Amino acid sequence: MATVSLQDIKKSFGDTEVIHDVSTDIADGEFIVIVGPSGCGKSTLLRMVAGLETVTSGDVLIGGERANDKEPMDRDIAMVFQNYALYPHMSVRQNMGYGLKIAKLPKGEIDAKVLEAARLLQLEPLLDRKPRELSGGQRQRVAMGRAIVRKPAVFLFDEPLSNLDAKLRVQMRLEIKELQSKLGITALYVTHDQVEAMTMADRMIVMNGGVAEQIGTPLEVYETPRTLFAAQFIGSPAMNVLDAEVKDGWVTLGDRRIVEIGGSDGPVKFGIRPEHLIAEETGAIHVNAKMAEPLGANTLLHCELIDTNESFTASLPGVHILSGENSIMRFSIQPTKSHLFDIDTGLRRRG
Amino acid sequence: MARETHGMVEKRGTGLWLTHVFMILGVLVIFFPIWLAFVASTVTQSDIIRPPMPVWPGDQLWINYKNALFSGINVPVGTMLFNSLVMAIGIAVGKIIISLLSAFAIVYFKFPGRSIFFWLIFLTLMLPVEVRIVPTYEVVAGFGMLNSYSGLIFPLIASATATFLFRQFFLTIPDELAEAARVDGARPMQFFWDIVVPMSRTNIAALFVILFIYGWNQYLWPLLITTDPEMNTIVMGIKQMFPSGDDFAHWPTIMATSILAMIPPVIVVVGMQRLFIRGLVDSEK
Repeated sequence: MATVSLQDIKKSFGDTEVIHDVSTDIADGEFIVIVGPSGCGKSTLLRMVAGLETVTSGDVLIGGERANDKEPMDRDIAMVFQNYALYPHMSVRQNMGYGLKIAKLPKGEIDAKVLEAARLLQLEPLLDRKPRELSGGQRQRVAMGRAIVRKPAVFLFDEPLSNLDAKLRVQMRLEIKELQSKLGITALYVTHDQVEAMTMADRMIVMNGGVAEQIGTPLEVYETPRTLFAAQFIGSPAMNVLDAEVKDGWVTLGDRRIVEIGGSDGPVKFGIRPEHLIAEETGAIHVNAKMAEPLGANTLLHCELIDTNESFTASLPGVHILSGENSIMRFSIQPTKSHLFDIDTGLRRRG
Repeated sequence: MARETHGMVEKRGTGLWLTHVFMILGVLVIFFPIWLAFVASTVTQSDIIRPPMPVWPGDQLWINYKNALFSGINVPVGTMLFNSLVMAIGIAVGKIIISLLSAFAIVYFKFPGRSIFFWLIFLTLMLPVEVRIVPTYEVVAGFGMLNSYSGLIFPLIASATATFLFRQFFLTIPDELAEAARVDGARPMQFFWDIVVPMSRTNIAALFVILFIYGWNQYLWPLLITTDPEMNTIVMGIKQMFPSGDDFAHWPTIMATSILAMIPPVIVVVGMQRLFIRGLVDSEK
């Protein structure tokens, strides 16, 4: 159990800098999710903590100690890989005990620890099988078992659920979270799936293009996204972002006043989450509804703004059936649920 | 569905018979010379010299083979078999060890000139042994290794083919495994022994069969560097059994030796067949 601290981390491959100055402090026992699209540097960041990549500049501190030059095994970490990385010729028991065997623990002690971890993960009946005789979910469990058997200070997960089917993913998500909080081990978890990030994280790091766009609790990121990218990446369906203008304290689309928000005048990016729209006759947002996707509990409406033809998604509770090909609808939005971003920097602006 | 399958089987019946007839005929044609050699090894010299040549085994089998194994013509065939065995196993095991290590170095370590080294090794694939046989002889002679096991084995031990094969196999081992081993605390050689070698075992078996036969069948090289009959290998030794001048070749002994020379490779192939085929077919990932 340990804190992890990243201080001004930078990473370059040759001349290309892929991580620009990421800093954060992770508390003991905290579950941190690093989320972002592919190629944003999230895995690289994790691998630097693991010691599988060198740090170009900045410091990685694990348990308060500088770990930059330590080998992975000396960092007191355990890692779960995307493709599980189980040794194919070893049984589950040997796979889980390999790290301990290398650490030259006595055989009895290894057996006891492997058994304890296996019991925790309900792997006991599988201990003598080879990885190829296991299902995807079971392999995932073995990979977890290999990580917890050493009682590391920090867990590192590199997209561990991306090879599982949707149902199993939901189940494993809960299991990982439960296990982590039961063991109280600090965890860094990399994923591109914003649902995993929202549900598992104590705090999340939203990465884009090698930059940490926002670091905060899931609800902070959802409610007050710091940048346009964070706003659009977190939340499903994605936030609508429209080109708008602030005139006399009102956000206006074309000539229509949408919502009074105050602040200085000028062009802005105006963000509205689909689920915050209210269908009202008096609403100021006029759209042409093109298609409805009923999901049961709610309905997604894919629309076009009448004034600008920008596409626009609304999520309304209950079932909505469109009457015809083009049905005009009106929506309104509460000032507290609307987001404004600077048109140049993409940073959140609160007027 | 069931009826269709039935139809398929019926239809295949005639075809199956026909293909088998052809296959058996083919086997007979290929097997005939070996049969003649076997027959010749079981009769007396005079039976062979007097035409027509016999096509059914005689009663001299035990005598001819005993004669070949324990006295031979220049040297007992037993000695030659032993020499061949040492050479073939030495070459096969040596090649496998060296290629495993060099492929491991080339795939898993970053060092300056890594790809140059690989392509240099690869380049030697382009040269047949015969091209460099004179300089190799010079070197071996300079080391005083003529007429010795080390002279028979070492010059043939480096293998671009096997290195290339292992390199290709290692490249298919996911990087994550190496990383997982690193996180588990394995040092490079521990990773090599605990993970890379066991994963390559079917490849190793397949390669062992091929290299054993390669070593066993070496002809030119042992012919060049062994002048002492005590160091002759069996494949070249057969040639040495032919007398020079007007003497008669003692065919029953020579044929018995030929048959004996075939047995060890057959044992190796049959014994390792299961592993061998698995090694060629799947790479077990």
